[in-house]
Amino acid sequence: MMGKTLFEKVWDAHVVHSINDTTHILYIDKHLVHEVTSPQAFSGLEKRGIKAFRPQNTVATPDHNVPTENQHLPIQEELSRLQVAKLKDNCEKYGVQMFGLGHKYHGIVHIIGPELGITQPGMTIVCGDSHTSTHGAFGSIAFGIGTSQVESVLATQCLLQAKPKTMKIQIDGTLSKGVLSKDIILYIISKISSSGGTGYFVEFCGTAIEALSMEARMTICNMSIEMGARGGMIAPDQTTFEYIQGREFAPKGEGWDKAVAYWSTLKSDDDAKFDKELYIDAADIAPMVTYGTNPGMGVKVDSSIPTLDTIDGENNQITFKKSLDYMGFAPGDKMLGKKIDWIFLGSCTNGRIEDLRIFADYVKGKKKAEHINDLIVPGSKLVEKQAKEEGLDKIIEEAGFKFREPGCSACLAMNDDKVPKGQYSISTSNRNFEGRQGPGARTLLASPLTVAAAAINGYITDVRESN
Amino acid sequence: MEKFQTLVSTAVPLQVEDVDTDQIIPARFLKATTRDGFGENLFRDWRYNPDGSPKEDFVLNDSTYAGEILVGGKNFGSGSSREHAAWAIRDYPFKVVISSFFADIFKGNALNNGLLPVQVSEAFLGTIFKAIESDHKTEFKIDLVNQTITILSTGESESFEIDEYKKTCMINGYDDIDYILSLKDKIEAYEDSKIKF
Repeated sequence: MMGKTLFEKVWDAHVVHSINDTTHILYIDKHLVHEVTSPQAFSGLEKRGIKAFRPQNTVATPDHNVPTENQHLPIQEELSRLQVAKLKDNCEKYGVQMFGLGHKYHGIVHIIGPELGITQPGMTIVCGDSHTSTHGAFGSIAFGIGTSQVESVLATQCLLQAKPKTMKIQIDGTLSKGVLSKDIILYIISKISSSGGTGYFVEFCGTAIEALSMEARMTICNMSIEMGARGGMIAPDQTTFEYIQGREFAPKGEGWDKAVAYWSTLKSDDDAKFDKELYIDAADIAPMVTYGTNPGMGVKVDSSIPTLDTIDGENNQITFKKSLDYMGFAPGDKMLGKKIDWIFLGSCTNGRIEDLRIFADYVKGKKKAEHINDLIVPGSKLVEKQAKEEGLDKIIEEAGFKFREPGCSACLAMNDDKVPKGQYSISTSNRNFEGRQGPGARTLLASPLTVAAAAINGYITDVRESN
Repeated sequence: MEKFQTLVSTAVPLQVEDVDTDQIIPARFLKATTRDGFGENLFRDWRYNPDGSPKEDFVLNDSTYAGEILVGGKNFGSGSSREHAAWAIRDYPFKVVISSFFADIFKGNALNNGLLPVQVSEAFLGTIFKAIESDHKTEFKIDLVNQTITILSTGESESFEIDEYKKTCMINGYDDIDYILSLKDKIEAYEDSKIKF
């Protein structure tokens, strides 16, 4: 019998019932919930007159709407306050555990899952948020769902799902100096476009992936949704086990040994067949920056924006011109030296302790460029606490920045943290869509290191030639 | 969910690729706790100036175009998983979205809300845009039962794919949850069989 991919092993272990060859009822091990995409799902339960089926498999936290200052005070903005209050009410009513504002485990849903050991290999994990793909870094099948599906998981602990195709992206070799995992994923998306992974579940593998820390792996899986993929995953290994061991909700004692024995089987067999394969040499990857309005519109930081004649097709050209018009850039413009107004460090992509360390290490002993406005936001209370224990907050503040409280913040600007119309923001978040960081805001995506360099110099800098 | 079998309507052309769900409904309008009223803010920042006045050059503000079908460019509905995007389009009210390629989560959300995503070939999408451009009163027939889309004035037609189960749901106005709830015994048997740590 032909071998199975990692994806197929986890998927097959969760099929409760098959409606036909393609459509299955999939059991969901962990359901993560936040305030924006859940209220209508809870009302749905109420309308049906049913309870949550397995509330103990669900964990909730408010993250999209929370302010990043004065979290001890009531949320000032009325609609945000009401939505967060609604989450609390619903969790109490339906018996769901919630880490609310001020709780020591509060944070962005995709940051707290891994750091609390809730996220484990071989699980199926869903959340009403596309960046649920983050958790695939542990060898789980993790993907974003809509609110009707949030209701389905609350009501039945199951989802009706069409089985996606599988893709392997293998990256071998050693990364060059100054190249981070954010650059790997931005490079891949720039190669295959923001729709190149649609219909697929992607497994990232190869020596360059194996050499990465868990946090770096999470950044890659987080942004697998940005190439249209249903999710990304990485086979669990010793790095994974060491990360999980001892965390709050991780298996303990005999359970731990049993878990590791099972988790160690979760890898693609040598003769497993993928529907599509892509091979990348790590040496070809450079620090990346986006110039347009989707994450696929990225270039190596020392490159120029493409010229119109290199863009295929009439529709593509219309979209390309519209995008550059929004960004205030011209075809062929050089990215190096472009003036930046704002920097954003944080989000479920790069709001982890490792990201803060990279940023702090670069800015240590330097001063931020005078005109730069900054939003530096840890991904969770635990990240915030650890940063303070390591003195990163002091280094950041001595360089002229402010260290804030955790939340999604200016990644999608549902709270007060917004970039003003027309201004340029270099950001560690995952989306450069029009208006994503505030109406009219112009976002450039980059790694925490490239963001640090722009924060100090005030313009786009090649980190390989600075410091 | 409303039943859907066939629809004959004119269409509104939005000739842009990679229309992400942040454009369909910007994040700042996601603070509601009900499903209603999102149509007012459909394509908010493309449709209105910051002062609330309509942008004349945006297609939803152009009275030339009308109908219950929205035609978008390739990779429609990418980005955020927000179901509010499907609610906004359905609330506007459109009943069908045509594109040559849909993002996965958007497609699922649409099907769960009685909004039919019709995926056509690149070539046929081009034909559709040209047909609307030459006559904005061009009518299209979407036949879900036979899985075809037809330009009524020329008879040009293409078939489209849809998951057999989701097709049954759309035609009958069913939703997934009622079906899964009927499998409770299977779900419990599955839970009993799982490895526990």
